[in-house]
Parts: sequence; C-alpha cells; structure tokens
Amino acid sequence: MKAHEFQAKELLADRGATVPKGIVVDSAEAAVAAFDALGGTPVVLKAQIHAGGRGKGHFPGSGKEFGGVKYLTKREDIAPVATTMLSFPLVTKQTGEAGQKVSRLLVQQAADIQREIYLGMILDRATGMPVMMACAEGGVDIEEVAAHTPEKILKEPVSPELGLQPYQARKLAFAMGFTGNQVAEAEKIMHALSKLFLEKDANIVEINPLVVTPSGVVMALDAKIVFDDNALFRHPDIEALRDPTEEDPAELKAARSGLSFVSMNGNIGCLVNGAGLAMSTMDIIKYHGGEPANFLDVGGGASKDQVTEAFRILLADPKVEAVLVNIFGGIMKCDTIATAILAAFKEVGFHVPLVVRLEGTNVDAGKKLLADSGLDIVPATGMTEAADKVVAAARSRRKS
Amino acid sequence: MSILVNRSTRVICQGMGKAGTFHALQCREYGTAMVGGVTPGKGGTIKEGIPLFNTVAEAVEKTGANATMIFVPPAGAADAILEAADAGIKVIIAITEGIPVLDMSRVKRALKQFPGVRLVGPNCPGVITPGECKIGIMPGYIHKPGPIAIISRSGTLTYEAVFQLSALGLGQSTCVGIGGDPIIGTNQIDCLRMFQEDPQTEAILMMGEIGGTAEEEAAAFIRSHVTKPVAAFIAGQTAPPGKRMGHAGAIISGGSGSAADKIRALEEAGVAVAKSPAELGITMQRAIAARK
Repeated sequence: MKAHEFQAKELLADRGATVPKGIVVDSAEAAVAAFDALGGTPVVLKAQIHAGGRGKGHFPGSGKEFGGVKYLTKREDIAPVATTMLSFPLVTKQTGEAGQKVSRLLVQQAADIQREIYLGMILDRATGMPVMMACAEGGVDIEEVAAHTPEKILKEPVSPELGLQPYQARKLAFAMGFTGNQVAEAEKIMHALSKLFLEKDANIVEINPLVVTPSGVVMALDAKIVFDDNALFRHPDIEALRDPTEEDPAELKAARSGLSFVSMNGNIGCLVNGAGLAMSTMDIIKYHGGEPANFLDVGGGASKDQVTEAFRILLADPKVEAVLVNIFGGIMKCDTIATAILAAFKEVGFHVPLVVRLEGTNVDAGKKLLADSGLDIVPATGMTEAADKVVAAARSRRKS
Repeated sequence: MSILVNRSTRVICQGMGKAGTFHALQCREYGTAMVGGVTPGKGGTIKEGIPLFNTVAEAVEKTGANATMIFVPPAGAADAILEAADAGIKVIIAITEGIPVLDMSRVKRALKQFPGVRLVGPNCPGVITPGECKIGIMPGYIHKPGPIAIISRSGTLTYEAVFQLSALGLGQSTCVGIGGDPIIGTNQIDCLRMFQEDPQTEAILMMGEIGGTAEEEAAAFIRSHVTKPVAAFIAGQTAPPGKRMGHAGAIISGGSGSAADKIRALEEAGVAVAKSPAELGITMQRAIAARK
C-alpha cells in the first residue's frame, strides 16, 4: 500500500527528520490561507497523488502549461493554480491516460537548493536484508542511475534487528560529501528513514531529493513510501492512511472478496486458480495472438461465491469480449469447480463467450457437468486449445 | 535417491487448524509418515488419529520427527519456523501465505544459528518425492516416480508441469515448491546444487516468474555448475511493471525482474526455455533428447 507525500513526510518528521514547512489543503481558499500562514514567502503547490512523475505531468483540458508541482511567489496566483489542480485529473507517466483526480494539495514553503541527494531504503532480495542507498546525484530518476552507473549508488545493509547503526550513517554522510553541522543533520534523516522502514514494515521509503539549502539546512524535500500489504494487520495507523480514491475500484472490490486482481488493457478476461498459472494464462493468450484484460487469481479454494464475484468483476469491464477460465484442480476437485462455474454463470448472466479448461482431479466428472448443462460454454482440453478458442471467440465477436 | 524428503522422513504439522488438519490427513493418505501435530493447549489429545503436542520440542522427543509442515497463520508463522529449528527439526516446510517480509528477513538471519536446517517456503505448495513422501498441498496422484526434478516459485503452475511430464511418461525425482515471496528459505541455486548431486535426478525443470533476479543468478550457476539438462519457463511475460501479480514477490520494479531478461539469461546458459506454458513437458523432453 502506498501513502501520500505529505503522510510520508509526517511519518519521517515524527522520527526526527527535518522537512519543509507545509500545510495540506483541499480547496483554493484554503491554499491562499496556507500561503498567508506560511508567511507570504514563495511556496510550491504540490498535487497529492500516489503516482510519480508529478512535476512533469499535465492537466489535460485545463489549457494550462504546468504540471502537478508549481513554484509560486505571488498571492494572487495561488487560487487559480490550486483551482486547476483540484479540477482536472493529473496525467503523469505512471497514471495512464485517464489521469488521477487530485483531492488534496500540499502548500510547501519553497526552499533554495544548493545540493540534491538521493536517499532510500528497500529490501534486498539477494541478501534478504533491508539496504539503505544513497546517491550524490539526487532529484534524478534513481532507476536510471541504477541501470547505467550503479557504482554511483552507495549501499549499506541494515540489520532488521538493530536498525541503521551510527557508524553506517556516518559513513554514508561523509561519502555524500556533507561537512560541519550538515553531517549530523543528514545522519538524523537517515536514522528517521531506517526507523520508519523497520517500525512500520515498509517495502520502500525514498527521500528524493534530500536537499541542502544555501544556509546549510538539510531536509527531506520529497518523500515516497510503500508499505508491506502483508504487515498491515499489525499497523492499524498505517491502514488508516489508505486512500481508496487512489485504487482501481475493481481491484479493491476483488481484494475484499479474497481475489487477487490486476486490470490490463486487453479484451480477454481470465479467471485462474493460482498466481503462477494465472500469469501463464495471460502469457499464453498473448502467445496465441490475443490480449489479456486482467490477471485474476481465485486462489486454491474457488467457491461458488468467489467465482460469481470474479465473473461480475470481469464482465463489468466493457473491454472484455470473451472470458477464459483455466483451472487446475488439485485438492479442489474439478466437479466441485464445474458446479461453481455453472451456478455463477447462471447468476451473473453472461453476455460474452466463455471458454472453460479444466484439468486435474475428477476432470471427467467436471467436463460432463459442463457439457450436460446445456449452457453456452465452450469446453477446451489443454492450455493451447483453450487459448486458441478464446482468442477466436473474441475475434469473431469483434467482426460481428 | 531424491532430495530433502524420502521414505524415512517423519513429519509433524504445526498449526492443526482446519486447513492444517485437512492437508496433514491428505499427506498421511499419500503415505507420508505423519507422526504428530502441534497446537499449543491441545497437547495430549488425538485429532483424526494424529497425536497433538503443545510444543515442537515435545513432539520431536515423543515421535522422532525430523521434518515439519507449517500452516500457522501469518502473525505467528515466523515464530513457528524458529520453534521448529530450535527443536532440532532439519527440514522446515512453510506453506503459510502472507508473512510480513521483515519477519522473514529476521527469520532468515536467525536460522544461521542452526546449521543443517533447511527452510522451504514460505508461501509454497511444499515438497514431494513421488511414491515416498509428500509434505504440502499438491495433489499427490498426478506425480510419478522418475528422473525429472522440478523447482518452482508457483503452485498450480507446478501441477500443470507435473501433469504434462507424467503424461509424457517422465516421472519426477523430487518437486520443490520454493515459494512466491521476496524472501524464501531455499532458492533456485540451493535446489540446483542438490539436484546436480542427486543420482536419481537426470534432468531439471525450473519454473520461474517475474520479480527479483533469482533466475538470472540461477542461470549463472547452471552455466558453471550444472551438467544435467535444464528446461525452464518464466511466467509473467505479459505482466505490467510495478503491479504485484498475486505473489508478493512477483513484481517488476525499477527495470529489473522482467521475463525477457530472465529468458535471455537462461538461454545464454544453455537452458531450453518453453515459449508457451502448454509446452513445459515437451520442452523438457527435447532438452533431454538434445543431450543424447
């Protein structure tokens, strides 16, 4: 689960990190009031959405040139810019064409920047440990740096029991070229980041950029955080930060029914048991010339209620022109699954072709149930035949 | 021969709730020596013919168990793994899905104090040596004893692979579901090393998926250490970046973890990579034939 920039900064500040002064608002009037409260000095208006690339984004239809991050010096400019940001969806390289509605703005005191540094913490799968990363070139796309000049990124493995140790923070601070009082200031931010990561079970925390002002202040100018979904059960305070407007409604609905669902752009819906087989089913649809509309894993159980809910989610997507069910029945028997499919099929009222491939325990009984039902369900044997049939079904619908 | 589990493996199940009990019985039915269960507070009772104990230490003392299957829910699963290791269990198979990743980070470091202990999983279907011992949730009957080893990050996709192999008359030595989480106890390289040394195993089928760089590292290991034919499949070729595809570990992030990179690395190491998930068995068969 992701949180907003202002939330990430609050969590960092609570643990001793210096962040710029800022006020979160949800209207143009409140933005002007925030400008006044911050002393009438220059501010940056920052659209609060989860997606990255806000600064280089745009508000299509607004007729304005700026993106989701705008530097403003004059009081009279605040209201019109805030109104635009709160009225039009913000499109960035991460949001897709539809963009993301902005409901809150962070009005932040602008800082003069002398230096920008990247600071982040992630989980290193190879060592199985969290690792703090620092790069003297901040503000840039760190993934680009990692891909082209990985030697510029310094890494310190962090013990999940002990947290970042003072010597490690010192090492990174000196390597980043901090001097004088700035060393201690930078270390404070590193410790705050490590504490936040470990206390709240984060997967990623990034401060990009960490800045030094001409007067020598070191602070977290922007921050991003992703939490471990599996650990939310022990952090109700983090769960409370969830912003449902940022989540795909279908994915949210699926999660509530215990289904794992990810929307895609194709026209063939799929319903599969197991994540690996679900990914493979998407792959084989593509391999046979089709485009998957989604990833959907109903898990090992696949009860009638779950299959019904899954069908509803698939059919609610107007792009879906055919559906493929691919089930490998193990402990869950094929005849049980066939019964669930038939009941769900009747309940939701199918309006597109349905191809079903069953394999595994009691497969013959399962296939017979489908065949004897008299319903318009296309049976398939093997994944190749299933993919061919569903791709053909979607094509013929398109022609007709 | 085989790896990890065989006829002499004596198994307990930690977490004898509904799912744990169901699968413990399925394993026993398959022929596994399921010698006990652990549920704190239920020690001294018997459930479906399986004696229950309050602690793993007591279960080991009374039954001589040397392997465990863990079904304890996520909040207590890390503790259950450490309890098993502390009690002297050598093969720990964690089926539980949804364990916080930092818990696994701590467990993995703590297990270094217990040399000789092997953790498989979490979030995995388990391990089976066909005809001898099944510890996990896989349907036993689709497996046949034979020369092919399977290493997989997935559950049902593994069953698909086993099904295709068995249909071609290719039995399996041991199938290891290593799990779909970012931090797992046993990785592809650990399995490759064991299978390379296992005399029963003549060829290896590796089922990978997007996320992380484990397959790339496995490819490098295969190139320098594995002489047996290897075939592979990578699931998630169509997955969009940044999205978690069911498994917590299946996410393409920061330009790494993509299927294309993994396939390239494997092919460069001489691995036969199946283009379609319908060709898992046939790709393995061709890889074996190409060596003869």
